[in-house]
Amino acid sequence: MSSTVDIKLLTIDSARAAVQQRQITATALAEAFFQAIDAEDRQPGQVNAYLTLSRERALAQAATVDAIADRGDPIPALGGVPIAVKDVLMTAATRTTAGSRILGNYVPPYDATAIARLEAAGAVLLGKLNCDEFAMGSSGENSAWGPVRNPRDLSRVPGGSSSGSAAAVAAGTAVATLGSETGGSIRQPAAFCGVVGLMPTYGRVSRYGLIAFASSLDRVGPLTKSSKDAAILLREMAGHDPMDATSAKAPVPDYELEIGKPVRGLRVGMPKEYFGEGLDADIRSRVEEAIQLLANAGCEIKQISLPHSKYAIATYYVLATAEASSNLARFDGVRYGYRSPEAKTLSEMYSRSRDDGFGPEVKRRIMLGTYVLSAGYYDAYYLKAQKVRTLLARDFQSAFEQVDAIAAPVTPTLAFKFGEKADPLSMYLADIFTATASLTGAPAIAAPCGESKAGLPVGLQIVGRHFEEEVILRLAHALEHARAGIR
Amino acid sequence: MKITGEDVQRVATLAHLDLTSEEQARMEKDLTDILGYIDQLSELDTSHVEPMTRTSEIAQAGDLFRDDEPRACLDRDSALQAAPQAADGFFRVPKVIVR
Repeated sequence: MSSTVDIKLLTIDSARAAVQQRQITATALAEAFFQAIDAEDRQPGQVNAYLTLSRERALAQAATVDAIADRGDPIPALGGVPIAVKDVLMTAATRTTAGSRILGNYVPPYDATAIARLEAAGAVLLGKLNCDEFAMGSSGENSAWGPVRNPRDLSRVPGGSSSGSAAAVAAGTAVATLGSETGGSIRQPAAFCGVVGLMPTYGRVSRYGLIAFASSLDRVGPLTKSSKDAAILLREMAGHDPMDATSAKAPVPDYELEIGKPVRGLRVGMPKEYFGEGLDADIRSRVEEAIQLLANAGCEIKQISLPHSKYAIATYYVLATAEASSNLARFDGVRYGYRSPEAKTLSEMYSRSRDDGFGPEVKRRIMLGTYVLSAGYYDAYYLKAQKVRTLLARDFQSAFEQVDAIAAPVTPTLAFKFGEKADPLSMYLADIFTATASLTGAPAIAAPCGESKAGLPVGLQIVGRHFEEEVILRLAHALEHARAGIR
Repeated sequence: MKITGEDVQRVATLAHLDLTSEEQARMEKDLTDILGYIDQLSELDTSHVEPMTRTSEIAQAGDLFRDDEPRACLDRDSALQAAPQAADGFFRVPKVIVR
C-alpha cells in the first residue's frame, strides 16, 4: 500500500485520481479506511459513527474498479471512492436498523436507489452509519446503539439525526456520506461537525429504499468535505426513479460544471427573523462575515422578511409526527423486525413488540402524531398546520420574487453537551432555522463558515428556489474560495 | 391544554403501544408541554387559507401517475425472509380469534 495518500484529506476528486493513477489501489484504499474505522471509531469513548461494516461488498466493488484501472481504462465518476450511508437507507444483504432495536436484526431484500446509483458510478460502500432512531432527533443521542460523538469535541453531540453521516466526514473515516432529512437532519449535524450538508429539493433524489419517517418531508442528501463533492454526489443520485412516485422528472444539470460559474449579480436575502434574539453571538458574527464575503464576490445583499418563521417548529411537529404515526404503524411484529416472545394474542403481539422495540422519542412522536390525528382534534391541529404550511410556503414564494437565495444561520446554538437538552421541546427548537425549508420543499445547504471563539464549527445556511440546487451550490463554492483566500 | 392520564391511555391504545406506568406519566407531561407550544398556531387567522397537502405541487414534481400495468415485484420468498415467523408461504401470527 502506498504511504503517499493521506486518507483524511481525500476528496472525491483526489480519491478517484489516486486510484486512477494507481498511487493506491481501490482495494488498499478501502482497507486503509477499514483500519482507520477500527482504530478511531469503534472503541468505547470514540466517535461511534459506524454501526455495520459492509466489508465484502466494499472489497468486491473495489476489485471491479481496480480491474478497470489496471487495464488503463478510465474509472467512473466515483471509481474507488469510499463512502458510507445513514442506516435508514436499505442495503440488500447488509443489516439496516434505522438506529432502532425494533429493526436490530433486519436484513433488507433490496438496495435503496440512491445507494445503487452511487455504486453504479463506482463508489465503494464501507458501511452503515449511526443515527437517531428512525431519524427522530437533533443530537444523535436517540440511537438504540449508543450516541455518536462530535469529532471536533468528543464531549459534545454531533447533531442529528444524520449524526454518524456528519461525524464520519468530519473524522475522515469516509470521504463522503449520505444522510436523510425530514426537518434539519442533514443541515444541523453538518453545521455542528463543520462539514457541508445538502438537502436537495423534495423529489430531486429518489426515496426508494429510504425507511419512511414523514413522507411529505423526507429527503436523501449528501454530507461532504466540499460543495464540489456535494455537487458530484447529487449529480450521480438525482433524477426520476419509477420506483418512487414522488421523484421528479425535472432534468438534472451537471452540478459539478455549474458550481464554477460566477456568483456576481446573484441577489441574496437576509431574513430579519433569523437574526433576532436567541442567536449565539459567535454564530451571528461568523454568518454575517460569510455574507459579507458573498457581497465582496459581487452578490447583492438584501434585507428580507419571512413573517411566519416563528410558527415553523409548531407546524413541523404536528405534520411530521402525524405522518410518522402512520408510517411507523408498519412495525407490528408481522412482516419484519422484532416480535415480543411473550405475546399470546395478536393484539398483545402488536403492542408489546412496539413498546419493547421503540425508544422513548419514537414513542413520544407516535403518541403526539396519533393524538393530533384522532377524532375531534384533526381540524384543530392537523388541518391547521397544513394551512400554516401554506403560509410558510407563501413567505418563501414572495422572498424568491426579490432574491435568488436566502442566507441565514443553520442553528441558533453551537454543538451542545451530551444530556444538555433533556426536555423534548428544547431539543425540538434546535431546528428552528431549518424547519421552514423542509416544510416548503425548497433545497438548502449548510456550509462551514468558521468557528466560535472556543473552536466549535459554525454553518451558513443557503436556501434556494425549487430545483435550483446549482445556485446554492455555486454560492457555497464561492464562499469556500473566499474563505480559503483569507485564511 | 392539559393532557390527562385517560387521554394518554386512549391514544396509546389507538397507537398499539403498551406503555408502562412511568412511560404514561412522562407522556402526560411531555404531550401537555408540546401541545401547549403548538397552540400558538391558533394566533393565526387561516380561515381563507388552503391547506398544503402535498409538497410535490409546489415542487412541480411532475406527473405522479403511471399507467396501471403489472410490473415485476419482490418475490414471495424475499418478502417472507425477514419475517419473525413464516410457514408455507405465509406470515405466521398468534391466533386472531381466542375462545
